[in-house]
Amino acid sequence: MKNNIKYLLGISLLAIGISSCAYDNYDEPKLLFEGNLVYNGYPIGVSYNDVYFQLYEEGWQTFGNISVAIDQAGSFSSLLFSGDYKLIIPADQGPFMNIPNPETSSDTIPLNLRTGLTMDIEVLPYYMIRNVTITGNSTSVLASFGIEQVITNSDARPINEAVLYLSKTAFVDGRTSISAARVSGSDITDLSSINLTTSVPTISPTQGYVYARVGLKIEGVEDMIFSAIERVDF
Amino acid sequence: MKKIILSICTCLALLTGCNDEEFLTRQPTDLLTEDQVWENEDLVLSVLADLYNRLPDYQSVEIWWEFANFDELFASNAGDYYRHQNQDYDYDDWGIWDYSYIRDINLFLVKAQEAGNLDAESRSRFIAEARFIRAMVYFEHVKRMGGVPLILEPLEYDNSGDPTYLQHPRAKEYEIYDFVISEMESIKSELPEGGTYSRATKGAALALQSRAALYAGSIAKYGQSTPNVSLPGDEVGIPLSMASDYYTLALAAAEELIKSGTYQLYNNDANRSENFANLFLTKNNNPEVIFAKDFLVQATTHGFTIDAIPRSLREENTAGGKLNPSLNLVQSFELMDNSFAPLPTTDPSGAVIYYENPQDIFSGRDPRLAGTVILPGSTFRGAEVDIWAGYKLQDGSIVTSDQLGGRATLPGQTDPEQVVGYDGPIANLEWSAQNGFYLRKYVDTQVGSGQRGTGSSVWWIRFRYAEVLLNAAEAAYELGDPVKAVNYMNQVRRRAGMPIDLTPAEMDFDRIVHERKVELSFENHILWDLKRWRLAHQVWNGEAVPLTDTPGDADAISTRVFGLKPYKIYSPGSPNHLKYVFEEFIPTPVFNAHRFRLGNYYSKISDNILTDNPKIVRNPNH
Repeated sequence: MKNNIKYLLGISLLAIGISSCAYDNYDEPKLLFEGNLVYNGYPIGVSYNDVYFQLYEEGWQTFGNISVAIDQAGSFSSLLFSGDYKLIIPADQGPFMNIPNPETSSDTIPLNLRTGLTMDIEVLPYYMIRNVTITGNSTSVLASFGIEQVITNSDARPINEAVLYLSKTAFVDGRTSISAARVSGSDITDLSSINLTTSVPTISPTQGYVYARVGLKIEGVEDMIFSAIERVDF
Repeated sequence: MKKIILSICTCLALLTGCNDEEFLTRQPTDLLTEDQVWENEDLVLSVLADLYNRLPDYQSVEIWWEFANFDELFASNAGDYYRHQNQDYDYDDWGIWDYSYIRDINLFLVKAQEAGNLDAESRSRFIAEARFIRAMVYFEHVKRMGGVPLILEPLEYDNSGDPTYLQHPRAKEYEIYDFVISEMESIKSELPEGGTYSRATKGAALALQSRAALYAGSIAKYGQSTPNVSLPGDEVGIPLSMASDYYTLALAAAEELIKSGTYQLYNNDANRSENFANLFLTKNNNPEVIFAKDFLVQATTHGFTIDAIPRSLREENTAGGKLNPSLNLVQSFELMDNSFAPLPTTDPSGAVIYYENPQDIFSGRDPRLAGTVILPGSTFRGAEVDIWAGYKLQDGSIVTSDQLGGRATLPGQTDPEQVVGYDGPIANLEWSAQNGFYLRKYVDTQVGSGQRGTGSSVWWIRFRYAEVLLNAAEAAYELGDPVKAVNYMNQVRRRAGMPIDLTPAEMDFDRIVHERKVELSFENHILWDLKRWRLAHQVWNGEAVPLTDTPGDADAISTRVFGLKPYKIYSPGSPNHLKYVFEEFIPTPVFNAHRFRLGNYYSKISDNILTDNPKIVRNPNH
């Protein structure tokens, strides 16, 4: 009998322990904040895990930020708690310049998050890659595209180089490239029509396709701007 | 009556007991008070020794694994493979923010000024030494973080509840460099000319001054190529207009040291490779060493030799062979005619070259190569190092083993024989020459230094004369005086054993980069040099490219460490039987290219520091 009481006591303590977890923990963040970095509605392609913006929520004891990475196609998404955030794209992030927010007249975008939010952020890229067609077969891949200079005033920067990257997977940039063709900015004669061809190396294990896209490196800007990723089936 | 007597006695006992003031104010027997310390020179010296001992190094013989972060070294140790597998360097890599150390130095200085019982001469030397250490620490901060708050006295909190008066903003980057330079200028006459390696001397002050001024000058000049790596308040970035002043200072400090005649290049052994290796091991009357962290057997030793010693010669059964210098570095050592070339594994037509001896492929190269790296077929501690990857048969197939010195039966034979070296290379086999080389620089030849109980007492050299000569050469070159530059650089090259002097016309930026790379490899220079030249993001750009065939180019991409496999040919009857062929390869654990981002030029200041002090501005690109 005595033992039974001990067990009973133990079990009820356990029960309290398990059930109390529901009370003393926060709910996970549930509000989905998503969208794209765009210029006139066209998404800005970047390399993965390289470009990010920061979310600050003031009023806490320490002053950290939530860093949100931009995906390769220019999209982003983050699960957040309800609250008042400030969104900042740090200077020198991405192949673009920030457009000052009309409300704050600065690079800070206020974000009053009470429900899920889909929002596109307009930025001003130095260049846009236009009319990209990528074709190819098991020996070579050809990309033809045009470049539109967007920033032409005193902030304009010259093109360092344009590169066609091939990759085994859907992550396509200089880090994952298995073959690349490049033309330096000074060698580009006609911005509206550029052709790059690169050979397809032997891929091991064998696969019947590659992913490809075109990137543009701008003088003095760390992050490249990219076209959409295309799958080339042989 | 009895009671009264008893109580009187008790009272007396209590009163006399309490009267004894000494009982309550006894001197402690297990610790020294500050006043006691500051009356005795030996005790002050031991306080100072603690400050010396805490000088930070990013890479050193005590921190070998950090050598493997770049393209100089493959870490043949499973726990460090990740260094070759992570792509990006973290933004807080090589960061530092050590104000408790700076406070201790400042406290030492305040106490030293007040200590009237010390001999005046030794007191001024102590003060100069502490100021030297403080400048070293600020130099360490500025090269990693950019401008930091310049705190020159111990800060005290007044318990008022408002700590804002303790919050200091960051100084400009050049203000910290100026501080280091001016401190050295004012203390150099207070320090002895020489006579010690492990305490500050006039030579050490001048060497630090020339290095700091050179760093500041090159940041001012080459920082222009990375305009994003700067802050509007100049906490990061130095104006171009200051470059030539800094180069002038760097040259002047270096020349003052050179002309003092206190130091010379180490030149004791006729064999140039031996001479270069012994430079780092000889502690008796070494004329080249200016300032070092010293070690002593049976007192303080380090385990560098335990980790680095060739596998077949190791003295412990659970370590050794972890440090494999990369083929990237090996091929950077130039030919005796001052030209650059990759190692010739094939001739220009693409046909494989057969070598009689494994060492032949390295012949005719800068003797510093064999002084820095243990090559296949060479000897260490009098024993031959056994590095070969297996037998290559006529049809190109390979007979090897997955065990060091493993045995297998060759075709046409009946008995098994050894088919791979006792030192490797074997894929994925840690603690052996997995990429085909071992490190020689700083590896102790003293028997017993590879044992855990003994350890190595080889010192860690922070400043040596050859670096000062190269500082002078670089500063002179940047000031447009190639004749002077080549004169200083040729002194280093002649000592190395290069027979043909460079001419002033051959002197260019790539030569300076190259000379520092091969002379000062594994001496904690590569990162800081490539940072100040703003080459780091070009050389380690994240692209997985083949090994460069222009190793003399300063900006040649080098993002992955390569190795070299020697094979023995097995084809009885053919003239090539038992000759050697070589193959470049990437060690199996290396599967990502290093990428140095612009945000890596100045390390991240942590959010805690920013929260505590709102006056601190962030570094760029984070």
